[in-house]
Amino acid sequence: MFPIVHQRQLSDSVFEIGVAAPAIARKAKAGQFLMLRVDDHGERIPLTFSDWSAEEGWIRFIFMRVGKTTHQLSHLGVGDSLADVVGPLGIPTHTEGLGRVAVVGGGVGAAVAYPVARAMAEAGNDVTVILGARNQELLILEDEFRALPLKELIVMTDDGSAGEKGLVTAPLKRMCEAAELDHSMAIGPAIMMKFCAATTKEFNVPITVSLNPIMVDGTGMCGACRVSVGSETKFGCVDGPDFDGHAVDFEELMSRQRVYTDIEREADADFSRECSCHR
Amino acid sequence: MPPLDETPAEKPRHKPSRAPRTPMPERDASERAQDFDEVSLGYSEEQAVAEANRCIQCKNPTCIEGCPVNIDIKSFIARIIDGDYGAAVSVLKERNALPAVCGRVCPQEEQCEAVCVLARKGEPVAIGRLERWLGDFDLACDLDHRCAPEVGEPTGRRVAIVGSGPAGLACAGELRHLGHAVTIFESLHAPGGVLTYGIPEFRLPKAIVQAEIEMLGVMGVEIVTNVVVGATYTLDDLLSEEGFDAIFVGSGAGLPIFLGIPGENLNGVYSANEFLTRVNLMKAYEFPKHDTPVWRGRKVAVVGGGNVAMDAARTAKRLGAEEVFLVYRRSEEEMPARREEVHHAQQEGIEFKMLCSPQEILGHDGFVTGMTATRMELGEPDASGRRAPVCVMDSDFIIDCDTVIVALGTRANPLIAQTTPDLEVTSRGYVKTDEDGATNKAGVFAGGDIVTGSATVILAMGAGKKAAVAIDNWLAGRNG
Ligand SMILES: Cc1cc2nc3c(=O)[nH]c(=O)nc-3n(C[C@H](O)[C@H](O)[C@H](O)COP(=O)(O)OP(=O)(O)OC[C@H]3O[C@@H](n4cnc5c(N)ncnc54)[C@H](O)[C@@H]3O)c2cc1C
Ligand SMILES: Cc1cc2nc3c(=O)[nH]c(=O)nc-3n(C[C@H](O)[C@H](O)[C@H](O)COP(=O)(O)OP(=O)(O)OC[C@H]3O[C@@H](n4cnc5c(N)ncnc54)[C@H](O)[C@@H]3O)c2cc1C
Ligand code: SF4
Ligand code: FES
Repeated sequence: MFPIVHQRQLSDSVFEIGVAAPAIARKAKAGQFLMLRVDDHGERIPLTFSDWSAEEGWIRFIFMRVGKTTHQLSHLGVGDSLADVVGPLGIPTHTEGLGRVAVVGGGVGAAVAYPVARAMAEAGNDVTVILGARNQELLILEDEFRALPLKELIVMTDDGSAGEKGLVTAPLKRMCEAAELDHSMAIGPAIMMKFCAATTKEFNVPITVSLNPIMVDGTGMCGACRVSVGSETKFGCVDGPDFDGHAVDFEELMSRQRVYTDIEREADADFSRECSCHR
Repeated sequence: MPPLDETPAEKPRHKPSRAPRTPMPERDASERAQDFDEVSLGYSEEQAVAEANRCIQCKNPTCIEGCPVNIDIKSFIARIIDGDYGAAVSVLKERNALPAVCGRVCPQEEQCEAVCVLARKGEPVAIGRLERWLGDFDLACDLDHRCAPEVGEPTGRRVAIVGSGPAGLACAGELRHLGHAVTIFESLHAPGGVLTYGIPEFRLPKAIVQAEIEMLGVMGVEIVTNVVVGATYTLDDLLSEEGFDAIFVGSGAGLPIFLGIPGENLNGVYSANEFLTRVNLMKAYEFPKHDTPVWRGRKVAVVGGGNVAMDAARTAKRLGAEEVFLVYRRSEEEMPARREEVHHAQQEGIEFKMLCSPQEILGHDGFVTGMTATRMELGEPDASGRRAPVCVMDSDFIIDCDTVIVALGTRANPLIAQTTPDLEVTSRGYVKTDEDGATNKAGVFAGGDIVTGSATVILAMGAGKKAAVAIDNWLAGRNG
């Protein structure tokens, strides 16, 4: 059992949980993820580390409530525990010697972007972070990003309720046009990563994307997480989750993410009926 | 005083029965294909005794050599004849820590039973069924009354085992017997390896696997789940910071192989590993009571001809598929699956499409709608001695299906090798060892599928036990 030692709500549907897991905390690196199971009947789901402390022996992750498991998680707090947590999984994000880099975090992708941007800035790169959200309410971690030694933090919202009005690709394109970028990274919904990849491609600026295919074990033994990169099939969990954004087949990724949508919706509906929060 | 083993000889000579081999009671195919309960029901006490009495208690029992771990088969059968079942279990457990498992899944027809003296007349003693019966007899006792293998005097040495499949479990049991402290690290949330995530409930109930593993707990084996060696700890971490004196790597061959044909990433295409893991480990057949979903195909094509393909096909049937096809490149004769499994699959209505090679998986809107295949014919025997299939020109046809399960075998997971640069592996990623399981890295031993590639439960267990003895010797060498 992994005791929950920290919990906070970041927006209506986004939460952060910290668990005591000293062995994992000692090894965690930016861009890596964990797999967890809430209880004995639970599904194994992947979530990226948002923060960790090797000294204090905890790890944290930030998640958006989208289905049954994340819904269950959203009801847990300090004093509860998780049945299983395993990690750190996946290859850490490459953060050294990138030069001038833009990190785009869309929606809950900001949570993953945070440790990545921090590691890149600590490694001496020139880091600009572009945060995107539908509106101010859904914007997360703005203060935490402001505390990092960034070159700039750009906030974009669909409705203009915070920062600039527009999509994350607008400032990304501006920076590409001004030849201000040696590298870029996009983390968020597949569709956003797809457009960021298209934007940078035009200017030949390399882009790393952090993919989120459906996973079961997270250790390379099932192939549920396969993604097409160039002409090759890769396993998201062990070959990734980071890949060259210009080579990824995003249409396939999005299609594969939808495979269980209908049945999962039923499971969450059943859970919601029994659950008190009636969202 | 004569040694204990000789006592039966002093008794009035046992008169073997001439009855035919006692059949295994099985559930009716139409009934069992609807659920996940066990197919074979096991012998009753009367049936077991009757079958044991068929054994002629040979002077030179060839059966023992046929067993990869050399269980004293003659002697455990003698104890059944005598009605001393507890003693029979002890004989069995001297060599095999998981009899209820092996009695169910070992290919006895190729091992002990193949060389049983009575096999010459076509009806060997049903050694496997007797083993299963004894294993179940032991499991039916409460934990305190079960046969607990002896634990050695503590040596103060600690051994780490990577992976809780049959290789790791057998190694752990033997090391405890030799007095070493043992911790097994398992990457999944449940121990057992393929026994837990791969072989389906209807062939090997998970309660049996857990009960056998529980006995190792009684023997003092510590199992820590949710630890991926190579990620949470490297082998070097285990040997240094974590203070282990030696390591056994039994991490299996878990990486699935795909066909490499167009359409393979469509929704509805599974590796057998994913399909079986969702169903067995995650209990997707009980969705939504258990949260993990599985795509329940109406028409399912399973590609492959081994035990894994049979398990996948029979599982798909139980999830409600109307039609399940088994698509295999060669003919039924060449299929590597156990005869019993092939037979069970046919009884349950799995349709065999032999001499067919998949060419492309067809889809619409991201989901599978069919598969094209080419007909094959058998040519000259190849290196393996099996006749090689060759394509028949212009023979492509379409198999109508909404799910494709690929059961073409597995490879080694590279995680441990990648994080242990000084560990020697073969060009295909399997760990290199000497005969006793020692790797080139001091204090690191390995065995089971991670060394041999996909093999069998009993071979993995044999390798684990052998390595335990080698570890014991190595530790003793360091003492002096
Ligand atoms: C490497 C990786 C890192 C991730 N990091 C984060 C993160 O830091 N924060 C965050 O909020 N989300 C993250 N996700 C996505 C997160 O895993 C899913 O939102 C979660 O599994 C949904 O589970 P559910 O039961 O609540 O919803 P469901 O109703 O089960 O599913 C909702 C949607 O989530 C996706 N999903 C479902 N099951 C899985 C699964 N087993 N594996 C992956 N995706 C699945 C599917 O696209 C599905 O349509 C990550 C995914 C991956 C692969
Ligand atoms: C579907 C199926 C049906 C089969 N049917 C039969 C049968 O009827 N009869 C028969 O004799 N054989 C059968 N086999 C083959 C048999 O199961 C294997 O040969 C045997 O299980 C190998 O044992 P092992 O201990 O080497 O590996 P495994 O059983 O694969 O166990 C390895 C364990 O190590 C864990 N692991 C892997 N990497 C790490 C890591 N880095 N850190 C920590 N843990 C790790 C894995 O999660 C797993 O639990 C079947 C196999 C399959 C897949
Ligand atoms: S070879 Fe057959 S008949 Fe002879 S002892 Fe063994 S099981 Fe009995
Ligand atoms: S999640 Fe199973 S192989 Fe990647």
